[in-house]
Amino acid sequence: MAGAASKEIDSATLWGGGYTSPFSVSYGKLMMWFFLVSDGLTFGGLLSALGFAKFANVNDATSHWPTGEEVFTHLPGTHAHAPLIYVALMTFILIISSVTMVLAVEAGHRMDKKAVIKWMAWTVVGGLIFLGSQVWEWSTFIAGYDGDISTWADNGTLSHSPYGGQWVMGVDAHGHEVKQMVTYGPTLYANFFFFITGFHGFHVFTGVLFNFLVLRNVIRGVYHKRGHYEMVEKVGLYWHFVDLVWVFVFTFFYLV
Amino acid sequence: MVRDDIVEYSLDGHHSEEAGKKIRSKIFKVTALLSVVTIVEVAIGWFLPRAEVGGLGSWGWFGIETTYMILTVLKAAYIILVFMHLGDERKALRRMILWPYIIFILYLVFILVTEAYAVNAAWLS
Repeated sequence: MAGAASKEIDSATLWGGGYTSPFSVSYGKLMMWFFLVSDGLTFGGLLSALGFAKFANVNDATSHWPTGEEVFTHLPGTHAHAPLIYVALMTFILIISSVTMVLAVEAGHRMDKKAVIKWMAWTVVGGLIFLGSQVWEWSTFIAGYDGDISTWADNGTLSHSPYGGQWVMGVDAHGHEVKQMVTYGPTLYANFFFFITGFHGFHVFTGVLFNFLVLRNVIRGVYHKRGHYEMVEKVGLYWHFVDLVWVFVFTFFYLV
Repeated sequence: MVRDDIVEYSLDGHHSEEAGKKIRSKIFKVTALLSVVTIVEVAIGWFLPRAEVGGLGSWGWFGIETTYMILTVLKAAYIILVFMHLGDERKALRRMILWPYIIFILYLVFILVTEAYAVNAAWLS
């Protein structure tokens, strides 16, 4: 991309004050970058905390910390053993929607309204497919009856889960005989799973919302009248960031 | 209202049909690269599961983890520099965005992993 940033300006002029930005970017774009830096540090903190929990439970003999290939083994509509394939498909969907987003930005630089509408619409569709995939993932792999890990600890509110599970007769603190849910699997892993993918999924949801609103404005011709499609570029930055975070979540949650 | 004290950087982003073609071919190349890297990552997970390479904490698994991290940084670099156009921005902006991560996140990871091993050792004893 060409743009103001590729113009040769000596640093004395750039940083010398006046009305020009030393970074040669508009206010909105710079603020979007600031937001992404802070948001990225939040995700960095979450993933680092995951690393702490994992390496504090590193011994296979005394505690078991699962890997993605042991947990995420199913595909919808089949009983075949397919480790990581489903999450790989989700990753691929998000990468492709990131590509359609960058194509929309490129079309915006040519003031090609039709192409911007086409690619923005595909980006929204890709985001919705990803969110739908996450619904299946959430209800299948860990909480689901078919999953390898149960999240049911000794928690009465969760033991009424509709997904099934194993009941045994036990004795509670008052000496009464009660039905209790058998627990198995590390709940800490599941907690991190739902928190991190949930936080990311919320970002995807917001991104789809932003993309949809900007798409609506593109269709109404707001940006064409304005003379530039920089708003598409700004929501594009956010959308790529969501994809970028998923790349890290994919590695540090599903792969290692 | 037109303000003459604001430099309209957004208008400089425009490019011609010719330049667009070049940019699109670059986008498709990066797409292919990201897809191939993802496929390689999944293939490693499929053919070399943790249980077979020696389990958590073994050297074999450490090698696979390192490979994954290198591939991840590669993917992240292409997304940031090409898709987010940070490679085309001014050097000062690029550094302002990337250095916080290189400094703080690496430091945080170092501290937390060191502490995690200490906690783990304490639980074992």
